[in-house]
Parts: sequence; C-alpha cells; structure tokens
Amino acid sequence: MTAYAYYPGCSLSGLGKPYDESLRAVFSHLGLGLEEVPDWNCCGATSYMSISEDKAVALAARNLALAEQMHGAIVVPCAACFLVLTKAQHMMAEYPALAAKVHKGLQTAGLAYHGRAVVRHPLDILVNDVGLDVIRTKVTRPLAGYRVAPYYGCQVVRPYGTFDDPLRPQTLDRLMAAAGAQVVDYPLKAHCCGGSLTGTMEEIGVRLNFLLLKEARARAANVLATVCPLCQYNLEAYQGKMRRTFNEDVSLPVVYFTQLLGLAFGLSPASVGLQRNFVTAEPLPAMA
Amino acid sequence: MRNGTTHCRYAEDVNPAFPAEIMAKPGGEALRDCIQCGTCSGACPMSVHMDLTPRRVIALTRAGLERDVLESATPWLCASCYECQVRCPREIRVTDVMYALKRRAIEKGMYPKRFPIPVLAKAFYNMVATHGRNSESRVLIELALRTNPFSLLKMAPVGLKLLKTGRMALGQDHIKNPKELKAILDAMEES
Repeated sequence: MTAYAYYPGCSLSGLGKPYDESLRAVFSHLGLGLEEVPDWNCCGATSYMSISEDKAVALAARNLALAEQMHGAIVVPCAACFLVLTKAQHMMAEYPALAAKVHKGLQTAGLAYHGRAVVRHPLDILVNDVGLDVIRTKVTRPLAGYRVAPYYGCQVVRPYGTFDDPLRPQTLDRLMAAAGAQVVDYPLKAHCCGGSLTGTMEEIGVRLNFLLLKEARARAANVLATVCPLCQYNLEAYQGKMRRTFNEDVSLPVVYFTQLLGLAFGLSPASVGLQRNFVTAEPLPAMA
Repeated sequence: MRNGTTHCRYAEDVNPAFPAEIMAKPGGEALRDCIQCGTCSGACPMSVHMDLTPRRVIALTRAGLERDVLESATPWLCASCYECQVRCPREIRVTDVMYALKRRAIEKGMYPKRFPIPVLAKAFYNMVATHGRNSESRVLIELALRTNPFSLLKMAPVGLKLLKTGRMALGQDHIKNPKELKAILDAMEES
C-alpha cells in the first residue's frame, strides 16, 4: 500500500472537519494510507509571516523535519498550510543564511531537515499519482446532474504552480469531469476569497465572496467545489450576510472536492461529512 | 490615511535608507526593476479598497517615503493571493514585499492604529508561540474582544450553526511538547 505522511493542519479538526473526513475516506477507498505527522505544529499561516519571517520558516521546518522521518511525500490539504510549507522550502533553498539559522534552531530540539520532504496537495496526488483512468474505474455513482464550479482559490496554485497553472489551473476541472460531473467554465476559479479578511474586514471579505458565488450562479453551477477550508467557510457561512447586504440571492452549496469524489465512489453522504455542510435553498441531491 | 493620497510630500519626509533596506529583504531584490506598469494594481482583487494601490506602494517605497507606506492599509489588506506576483512582467515578488512592509510596520509601531488585521496577526502569533497550534474560534473571539466586542453578537448565528455541525472546536488545541517548539523559535531571535 502506498502511504503518505499526512499534515492536516489546525483547520481540519475545526471548520474543515468534513474535509478531513472525506479526504481520509477517499484515500482509504483508493488503498492509499495517510499517517498523521506526530505532534505537528501550526504552519503559521499568513500571520506569522507578517510578524517574523525567520520564525515563520522555522515553524514550517519543524513539520518538514518530522515528516521527513516518515515518508518521502507529505499530504497537505489546507491551501494556507500547503503554501507555507512549500514557501519555507523555497526560502531555505534560496537563502543559505536563513537556512543555516533554521537548521541551528531545529538542532536545539534534536531535529534535522535535509530538504527531502516533498509537499503535495491531495488534488495533485489524485490526478497525477492515482490518475484519472483509475479514478474513472472507481466511479460507481457518476455525479449526474451536478454542475460544478471548480474553485481553486489562490494558495494551492500560486505562486509556485507546483502541479498546475498558477492562473488558469485545470486539474480540478478534469477530476470532477472524471467523476461524472458537468464542469462549468468558471473564469474566477483562481481568484481570491480574501482569506481571513472576512474575520477582520468583513465588508471587504464578504464582497469578494459574493462576486465569486454570483459568477458561479451566472454560469449555471448548482454546486461549488473547493480545495481549501478557508475558502469553503467564507463561501458557505456568509451567504445570509450577502443576501442582506447586496439584496440578491447567490446561495449555492459549497463542498470539498473530496466530498464530491467520495459520493461518486459510492460512499455514503455521512462518510464524507456532508451532514456538516450548511443546507442551502437548493441542496445537492445527496444533501436533501 | 484616506488623505494619504492627497497630501504633499517633501524632502524631509524621505528616509533615504528605507528603499535599500526593503530591497535587502527576501523578495525585495527586484524592486529596482519596477517599470510602474500597474499590472499588480490591475490584478489585485483588493486594490479598489486600498488607500494606495500596490503600484503606488512600490513607487513610494523606492522614493523613501517610509511613513506613507507603513501607515497605509495596503500591506495589511493584501490577502496573499500572489496574483500580482505571478503576473508581474518584471518578476517582482510583490506579495513578499508586502510581507516585508508589514513586518517593518510592526517593528516600528507604524501600522495603522485600531486596524483589526495586525491585531489578528498578533493574536494568532502569540497563540501559536504558546500552544503550537491555533484554535480558530478562540483566535476570532480574542480578535473581537480587542477590536469590536459587539461583533460577537453578530457572529452568534453562524457560530451556533458551526457548533451544531460539529465544526467549532471550543478547546485550545496544543502540541505535546510546546517547550521544544519554544526552543526552536527562541533560537530564531539570536542573530
């Protein structure tokens, strides 16, 4: 059995719980192992980088060092975690003085990082390791009637574009099509949801998410698939606020791509955590 | 800083050391290559909300107008979507420059006052330094208490839905060995 080190990040035990559940269910169904990195720490997200760059890289490096003791690849579903861990690798490779300082810091805790851990997003693994041909053979309940807006957000594809185009990504489109869904052309697929701005500058964050849903509805999508816990929360939780602010109904089910894939594999709605999503006016068949 | 776009600037407002110091930060190296084309501002989903567009932040940084730049809301409104950075024809790492400006604004205490974004960054920073992990609900509650306690009431309906769907972890998550993490972070303080 292929096994990967798994870095869930803080969100996947809270807001992103259905992401964790559906990811584990889908990987297990495909015979892929996920072994949680023992005692992983927070990636630091955007906040640490805003205060101390050295510490932000050190936080990430501890996780990389722990993962390196396990497997070659570390699966990172949260977009913010995925970017921070990837960015830390790039920075250590590019700035030797910073790398030396981080190595010294890790040593104080008896840890070492040799640059071997490969940071992977589950979308990348499903499309490029498992492959769409295998995915198609596993689909027992094709997603007929699902018109999916494939939403990548920012940090899974930018800035490094490790497995897809940073501005016009396609992997999620292809994966959802392989699951039998109709994929709508969604030009805002890699535009920003504002991240934590909904928590700090609500008006600004809500406006960005309103535009994203409005466009998905204009494209006749009946569900939006996300790859990031913060995007999912922003797009789902503020729909009432959007209706009151803009006097327009843009409600739409917003689910993780792993939830949709699990349904296509014939897994039960409960096993992909679908009961944890907010029910919208026109729910998905599996949520009704 | 709404008037930051209209006031006159004089030689005495210039900190001549500022441009070189930002260019010395990781990601700042290419700032001198900027051709002021405005691709960054056009690509930025946040620029309509900013007092200074990203292009202007780069121009003012290169001109040494440190206070204009650090007191601006712009670096804090940057949501790190990296669209400017990927689209820049001169390969300037605009998002990384925004991070360098945020850090300098915190160091110098020059960030816009009573602005919730740096408050969130600090609350998050302290929580992770202490516990090794971040608890979303606790960080949001602390942010609300420090900026606008009444917003907690507005958050209640969504909070209840999250509780009902089992998506709000109320406890403080922490790693087994916070001391180990603290040792690593402390080592970063030494130069």
